[in-house]
Amino acid sequence: MPLIRTTSDIQPSEITPESVYRERRRFMQAGLALSGAALLGGMSSAQASTVTLKGLTRSPLSTDEAQTEYKDVTGYNNFYEFGTGKEDPAANAHTLRTSPWSVTIEGECAKPGTYTLEDILKPHAFEERIYRLRCVEGWSMVIPWIGFPLADLIKRFEPTGNARFVEFETLHDPEQMSGQRWPVLQWPYVEGLRMDEAMHPLTLMAVGLYGAALPKQNGAPIRLVVPWKYGFKSIKSIVKIRFVEQQPVSAWMRATPEEYGFYSNVNPEVAHPRWSQSTERRIGDFLKRKTLMFNGYADQVASLYTGMDLRKNY
Amino acid sequence: MKLWIKPTVFVLCLVPSAWLVFALLTDRLGANPIEALTRETGEWTLRLLLLTLCMTPLRKAAGWGWPIRLRRMLGLFAFFYVCIHLSTYLWLDQFFDWGEIGRDILKRPFITVGMLAFVLLVPLAVTSTNAMMRRLGRNWTRLHRLAYVVPALGVLHFWWLVKADVREPLVYALLFVLLMLLRWKPVTLRFGRGLRSDRVSDRGQISNLSP
Repeated sequence: MPLIRTTSDIQPSEITPESVYRERRRFMQAGLALSGAALLGGMSSAQASTVTLKGLTRSPLSTDEAQTEYKDVTGYNNFYEFGTGKEDPAANAHTLRTSPWSVTIEGECAKPGTYTLEDILKPHAFEERIYRLRCVEGWSMVIPWIGFPLADLIKRFEPTGNARFVEFETLHDPEQMSGQRWPVLQWPYVEGLRMDEAMHPLTLMAVGLYGAALPKQNGAPIRLVVPWKYGFKSIKSIVKIRFVEQQPVSAWMRATPEEYGFYSNVNPEVAHPRWSQSTERRIGDFLKRKTLMFNGYADQVASLYTGMDLRKNY
Repeated sequence: MKLWIKPTVFVLCLVPSAWLVFALLTDRLGANPIEALTRETGEWTLRLLLLTLCMTPLRKAAGWGWPIRLRRMLGLFAFFYVCIHLSTYLWLDQFFDWGEIGRDILKRPFITVGMLAFVLLVPLAVTSTNAMMRRLGRNWTRLHRLAYVVPALGVLHFWWLVKADVREPLVYALLFVLLMLLRWKPVTLRFGRGLRSDRVSDRGQISNLSP
């Protein structure tokens, strides 16, 4: 079976409605008007979110489905570091300082150290990846991310044979992240991937969306995007990447281990203990739709889990 | 009771529903309007249920008679909001997929509890008329003790629904506990000065009717 297939069974209902693409066009034009400057490799501008990224190629791994409106992608977020309400991150994330930013690489690798964001990004060419995002709460979006494969980043630090997992950490600074002043979760937010998941071509380090740098409420300046897993696995505002031998314990596993496991693959067959996962509401749609195995990426990723009991490894 | 109080409260109780209809039609409920509608109507149900429980302590503390006469209306408004809440779930969330709804009720404790609260609220709404009060006599009072059970289930329903941040359900839980404490003998004897003077109990109007 080929590892990657650019499948998409486009249904008539998934073709972009005119109103949606007009909204998108309007946004893109606004973005272009604001600034024609291309900013490849250096997101250091304090006004990064108004900078338009140019010369992007659209990855064949993208879906053709209708993209969720920009105002919803940037206005309806789960980012508990800025409050637990969906509108809280958009209202509160302005206090985050994304420049200067550095990422510490630790653990089982040949080149650990603290790198500036510029150093992290410099060698990589960005591309646009339009992915489905399925939240564990039962809603979903289609988001045009900008980024580069995590695999390319990982290779640069030469993980050793002991590196079986990758652990990520979000910034922990209650001064900048008002939501961290209350222990809703045990801060900092931690997530992790098995090495083969992290090296998978679908796994993306995102630095932007909708043609511009990431808005702060979406996890600026750099975040993970793992489209076949529930949204909370795609950790935001990353400051630490650690190569480890033992399976990391994520923030949600620590909070409620019986509800959130390490894998958290989108799976309509395995319900959350408190609600069903068989359907989802695509933001902007009226009717709900069926949730697809691995969020519709089964052809690409199912082989990672052959022989595993996905009920046990939820 | 002052003539204006009841109509004013009536209109005030309608304001959230009017706002929700307006907001729904003008796309002001955010990215996930159906979730917002469900949440808002659920919270208004809970608020109104707790408000009905405020009426007796208010009467006792202030010595006013009118809070008791608002109680039925507030309870019926709670029922009104829970009907929208439940319809939103049955229709806009599950699209009348009865199999799925049945599984939800059996397997998801927060839905079990919510559904139970609704089922218990139905007889209270049905028996809220004066005629029913008269007909049921003492049993009416017994039946309407469910007005304490339903908000407790409502708070639990909310608590079991949230992912990690229990602050909001906690506020409702504390309010409920406080309102129950105000009914606890040692507390009422100490603080409820008006209590000694009249024997009109929690039953309000009904106590005038029963022998």
